[in-house]
Amino acid sequence: MSFVSYQFILFLAVLLVLYYVLPRKVQWMLLLAGSLTFYAFSGPKYLIYMAVTILTTYGAAVWIEKIWGAQDAWVKEHKGISREEKKAYKAGMTRKAKAVLVLCLLVNLGILAVIKYTDFILENLNGIFGTEFQLRHFILPLGISFYMFQSLGYVIDVYRRKYPAERNPAKVALFTSFFPQVIQGPISRFDDLSKGLFAEHKFDSKEFYYGLLRVVWGFFKKLVIADRLAPVIVTLTADTDKYPGVYVLANIFFYAIQLYADFTGGIDITIGVARMLGIPVAENFQRPYFSKNIAEYWRRWHITMGTWFKDYIFYPISVSGWMLKISKKSREKLGQALGKRVPVYISTIVVWFATGIWHGAAWNFIVWGMLNCLVLLVSQELAPLYKKFHDKFGFSNTAFWDGVQIFRTFWLMGLIRILDVYRDVPLTFRMVGTMFTTPNWGAVTDGSFLELGATLADFIVVGVGIVILFTVSALAERKAIDARLETKPVVVHYALLWILILLVVVFGAYGIGFDATQFIYNQF
Amino acid sequence: MDELLDILKELHPEVDYETCTTLVDDKILDSFDIVSLITEVSDTFDVRIPASEIIPENFNSAESLWALIEKLMDE
Repeated sequence: MSFVSYQFILFLAVLLVLYYVLPRKVQWMLLLAGSLTFYAFSGPKYLIYMAVTILTTYGAAVWIEKIWGAQDAWVKEHKGISREEKKAYKAGMTRKAKAVLVLCLLVNLGILAVIKYTDFILENLNGIFGTEFQLRHFILPLGISFYMFQSLGYVIDVYRRKYPAERNPAKVALFTSFFPQVIQGPISRFDDLSKGLFAEHKFDSKEFYYGLLRVVWGFFKKLVIADRLAPVIVTLTADTDKYPGVYVLANIFFYAIQLYADFTGGIDITIGVARMLGIPVAENFQRPYFSKNIAEYWRRWHITMGTWFKDYIFYPISVSGWMLKISKKSREKLGQALGKRVPVYISTIVVWFATGIWHGAAWNFIVWGMLNCLVLLVSQELAPLYKKFHDKFGFSNTAFWDGVQIFRTFWLMGLIRILDVYRDVPLTFRMVGTMFTTPNWGAVTDGSFLELGATLADFIVVGVGIVILFTVSALAERKAIDARLETKPVVVHYALLWILILLVVVFGAYGIGFDATQFIYNQF
Repeated sequence: MDELLDILKELHPEVDYETCTTLVDDKILDSFDIVSLITEVSDTFDVRIPASEIIPENFNSAESLWALIEKLMDE
């Protein structure tokens, strides 16, 4: 069931009525029933994959918890023993807990690996060795990369003793399947999300209003901006010979806008729906296109994915025993300055490789990840040089220079991101090359852009949509929109809501002849 | 503690580590700095800071990091 469907609006309306009418102690059970129903619409058989994740993460967390409990009890009972004995006992228990964790990770990531990467591996084997392995064409269950990573984060946190395991399997099931975020995140943490999920919620008209406003804002971004641009990107990508040069530049810009409006629009609907239910969900974006460098961009774009990779992959690799040994050796061999970079370099490469293949089993995603990694590391290395340059010329703190940096980051990220669109690495490099070899600037003024699947009216609607989006973002950058609205009279609140609904109804790309495009991040 | 302050000063000489309590919250220390820091701490104090201890509360000030090092040395 897509967020952009009448089915979903009906589902949500019924759920909200029941949620606030039924006794509060059953609210979370209703959410579980609703979430499983919502997910079953994507194909009931995919519930089996989800059930495996729920059962294994629930079981592993409880098991690990028992091991830690036994360890604490033993330490309490053996107060007089030596430090070495205590250390040896704890090491044994840690090994047991780690074995349970690794087993759980293997089962889940194994399933994900088989269904997501089998064809990619077979294709490459066939290509390299001339074998003729039949491709399996597994269908990826909706949102599996999101809900699985969220659940694995929970088990790792219990292993790290960040919080105790949840004893009720139905509650773990709701944490995994919570319908607003099951398909495209955010990737929440158990200690954050569970507080809201399992609490009893009284109807709060103010929270409900802000939630609804956020939902409609999400529909505005998705239907008025992203889906109106979608056909243009399809046309520009389908016939690459016909659309080189300036069309590639346009494609980079259009895709930057489409992806942002699509993904953040979906997340706005998620956070808004959860807020209508009284449940806080982690923010996933912080106006990333205002970033001045790529490191900042990645702190503001798909935030929960970035922090997941940082907490559960980057840090564990960087500070592991073997990495510290490598670090020591490399400092001896390469000297302090260069040697101490080695752990950071290795971990960054691993994380970006993982981020690339997390997005999809294809070379374009791997190259995309590696290019992000390269730019990040080069920027890191050049930072002292930039500083010297800025100190000498002294324009680093001006509005003009901020603008230059924002512009540079936007286009640099767009350039790397265009790999997502052409989905073929050599083709992408060729197409980017045509921007310099055959720019064809005349296409901008001779009306060719009106033959790409969008009329002048479509472009005007999208243009106005972008201006509204930019203005709201610039306002939110200085002060949160909620806080701004807080001081305004109620009549302004409702006028704003109705104007926004009207804009979506009048200018949204939907209805007969339109098939609302699937959210881009649903495929991951 | 003085040795820890030396390590921190090498990373960002401009920061007043005696008073700053928002090293992570204010993004003074990024993830690259934290990894460098942990490597240096491991060499100097012979303690391993596990990934589970990499939380803002432990790295927001020199004092909290020192408390973590002492705790790990005690274990």
